[in-house]
Amino acid sequence: MNTPSLLLDGLPVPFSVGQTIMEAATAAGIFIPHLCHHPDFKPQGSCKLCTVKANGRYVSACTMPAKDGMEVENNSPDLNDKRRTLLQMLFVEGNHFCPSCEKSGDCLLQALAYELEMLTAHFPQFYPDRPVDASHPEVLLDFNRCILCELCVRASRDVDGKNVFALSGRGIGKHLIVNAESGRLADTGFALADKAAHVCPVGVILAKRRGFLQPIGCRRYDRQPIAMQPARPLASGGNGPES
Amino acid sequence: MNPPVGQRKLRLATTSLAGCFGCHMSLLDIDERLFDLLDRVDLDRSPLTDIKHCGPCDIGLIEGGICNAENIHVLREFRRQCKVLIALGACAINGGLPAQRNHLDLGQCLQEVYLTGPGIVGGRIPDDPELPLPLNQVHPIHEIVRIDYFIPGCPPSGDAIWKFLTDLLDGRTPRLGHPLLHFD
Repeated sequence: MNTPSLLLDGLPVPFSVGQTIMEAATAAGIFIPHLCHHPDFKPQGSCKLCTVKANGRYVSACTMPAKDGMEVENNSPDLNDKRRTLLQMLFVEGNHFCPSCEKSGDCLLQALAYELEMLTAHFPQFYPDRPVDASHPEVLLDFNRCILCELCVRASRDVDGKNVFALSGRGIGKHLIVNAESGRLADTGFALADKAAHVCPVGVILAKRRGFLQPIGCRRYDRQPIAMQPARPLASGGNGPES
Repeated sequence: MNPPVGQRKLRLATTSLAGCFGCHMSLLDIDERLFDLLDRVDLDRSPLTDIKHCGPCDIGLIEGGICNAENIHVLREFRRQCKVLIALGACAINGGLPAQRNHLDLGQCLQEVYLTGPGIVGGRIPDDPELPLPLNQVHPIHEIVRIDYFIPGCPPSGDAIWKFLTDLLDGRTPRLGHPLLHFD
């Protein structure tokens, strides 16, 4: 039997049955923008950045199973315009002051904005006001940068077995919380060695006393645009002890 | 770099609102290309000239966000006079680091700086009408007037400013790619 394959922007991409469009594209070295997708975790399709057009319909590449002969549009002006708008919405919803953020140069949200040539966040700023949690001896939380990708929620629950994080509230009031009666990270079993400490794609979960270690020019996305880089290394964040 | 024969030189105005002048320093960082730039444009109102008010201009470069009443007057003057208005740098684009004061109470900020802060004796909050009143929050300039182009960076590099301006002057759609496009 022939290997099934789909057509991604006109290129045949083989896949094995059960793979999503995202998995097939990643295996073939083709970049599909994404934020909440991480190869180590079950996809959830919340950021919508990986929206592609499959057989004429908008679908999330991270959740849509690949089908033989499927025609997928990925890198098109139409899709990239929509993705840029999604990024602009994320940028105004939070306080993304990159010039003082320790994650700058290593941040997936920022790298995608560069990739899609986002010059401004366009919409009026929300300027959320959520206090930082500096209670933990090793880790700082800045909730004003959270994009609700739930990678930390998934990592803490499914990998670490600690269930430290959760999302709470509804609509624009939805926000990341710490599962402790006090709401403080110090009052959980959270540790720097946890998987959840290293999956945040933006600058919410930061190891203390490690900021600005990488010289400008040497940070992950200084070297090469995100689309030119190999798929994100497993189980590491720019800010972790192993990097 | 000389303008085509018969074409008048363009007029360029610049200003710093709630800025740090870093974007202007970055503009000067185009170094000897400043001579090329001045072959093509004349400077109108700018911290680099002595012109007090902006006359009719082709391009206005605005650094800094909006933090007080005078910023708004200056920004509106630039919008009235400039055909193309460019937000230069992170502050003009999203308020920048000064907007980190947006979750603080302005009254308390002023009290701490002028009355209760360490080392202050007999201080008072400045109240002369000569002084512009601060706004309760810092805003990006596109929330006050329409902006035509945005050059991100804190500051944008001299090369990024040069690429953007020369694209514009030559009639191309200005574009910044890796590594000229950055937010930090």
